[in-house]
Amino acid sequence: MALFNVFDIAGSSMSAQSVRLNTVASNLANADVVSTKEADVYRSRQPVFAAVMDTLNSGGQEQASIPVRVAAIVENKAAARQEFQPEHPMANKQGYIFRSNVNAIEEMANMMAASRSYQNNVEVFNTSKQLLLKTLTLGR
Amino acid sequence: MPISFDSALGVHEKALALRSQRVEVLASNIANADTPGYKARDIDFKSAMANVEAKSANALARTNSKHIQINNAVNSAEMLYRVPNQSSLDGNTVDAQVEKSAFADNALRYQATITFLDGKFKGMIAALKGE
Repeated sequence: MALFNVFDIAGSSMSAQSVRLNTVASNLANADVVSTKEADVYRSRQPVFAAVMDTLNSGGQEQASIPVRVAAIVENKAAARQEFQPEHPMANKQGYIFRSNVNAIEEMANMMAASRSYQNNVEVFNTSKQLLLKTLTLGR
Repeated sequence: MPISFDSALGVHEKALALRSQRVEVLASNIANADTPGYKARDIDFKSAMANVEAKSANALARTNSKHIQINNAVNSAEMLYRVPNQSSLDGNTVDAQVEKSAFADNALRYQATITFLDGKFKGMIAALKGE
């Protein structure tokens, strides 16, 4: 029954989107972290989504269900913000501190997109559940 | 006269199988709305249904008990790729609005098919009871 696969598909996407929400939370929490060296600074983390292509198990037929998974979590390579603050306790010998490269506006937009996608998948999940329940009452 | 569910239920049984397959494909599209490089897919229900009907019309009959049973189950329909109105830079062609409306439409038609099948079963039950 193809409808049962929908739970796997929507569930995989919901878990992927919640990983995305998690990275947004980490990024926003660490947005103001200050560091002495540029190498130690917190860098914004982003999940990379990938479709689960599994043609071997679909018996040569084209796969109808394609769940999603988080392939990797990558760090943003953008340069850390360097600020001249000689009186700061974390300042290096030259008087500079390094701030994380988290862009708060970008993260907020990311959070909204993730939560909308999550909601879409919940809706798909619920609709499929209703269809299955209706199928169970067939002939009653 | 033996009761054949195949002839009693008619086209609706096959339509239901195709509808549930389409639910799966559209759910995959919505799930992969944020996956880079994912290409949205869909089933052309009309041609898939015509295909299924042609197959069942040309089905081979078993005239001898030694004949091998041929599986006349609904084969999965041909998967087509959606033509995007505006694809995103990461190569993803899922338009969430299009997929959502297609999903809602498909769910409604699935329920319509269920209602038809329900009527068929109720009719059979009424005939069996003979009240």
